[in-house]
Amino acid sequence: MLEAIIACFLVIGGAFTLIGSIGLARLPDLFTRLHGPTKATTLGVGGILIASLVYFSVRGPGLSLHELLITLFLFITAPVSASLIAQAAWHLRDRDTDD
Amino acid sequence: MLNAALIFAFVCIGLALLLSLIRLVRGPGLADRILALDTMYINTIALLIVYGIYADLAIFFEAALLIALMGFISTVALCKYLLRGDIIE
Repeated sequence: MLEAIIACFLVIGGAFTLIGSIGLARLPDLFTRLHGPTKATTLGVGGILIASLVYFSVRGPGLSLHELLITLFLFITAPVSASLIAQAAWHLRDRDTDD
Repeated sequence: MLNAALIFAFVCIGLALLLSLIRLVRGPGLADRILALDTMYINTIALLIVYGIYADLAIFFEAALLIALMGFISTVALCKYLLRGDIIE
């Protein structure tokens, strides 16, 4: 039963990671491309981290909470980096059209 | 069952890394390349954690946490450089 839960979360996480990168490779311009990898960050890595949390909590001596640290850090930093990339792209586009 | 799911996750993340690498090489702009690098480090974190489950070792979390920290800092530094022409003003 627990193995089924872990396998389910692994499959969900892997599939979302792949979908995010397909979006990055296929979408037409940068501001639409920003949309794909954010799904990979939240749902993809989130799913794999939940699978790992369940696995190491069952196998190990106690509750395994390292994963929550990584999840929390990624969830805090993903919007910040996406916003900064969008700002940089906007700035470069403005500079290129003004000259 | 767990082994099949692990192999599926490995294949998916490997393909995702390859697609990000294609975007990193093709490009067109600098911001696209930064976004591709950002995606690649996130995929690497996922790959390390899946490998940690596969090898049954908990030591890979520290490596994943370090990659998360360094990747975020490098993304911010590159974006700041593009925005201001300088990293520390």
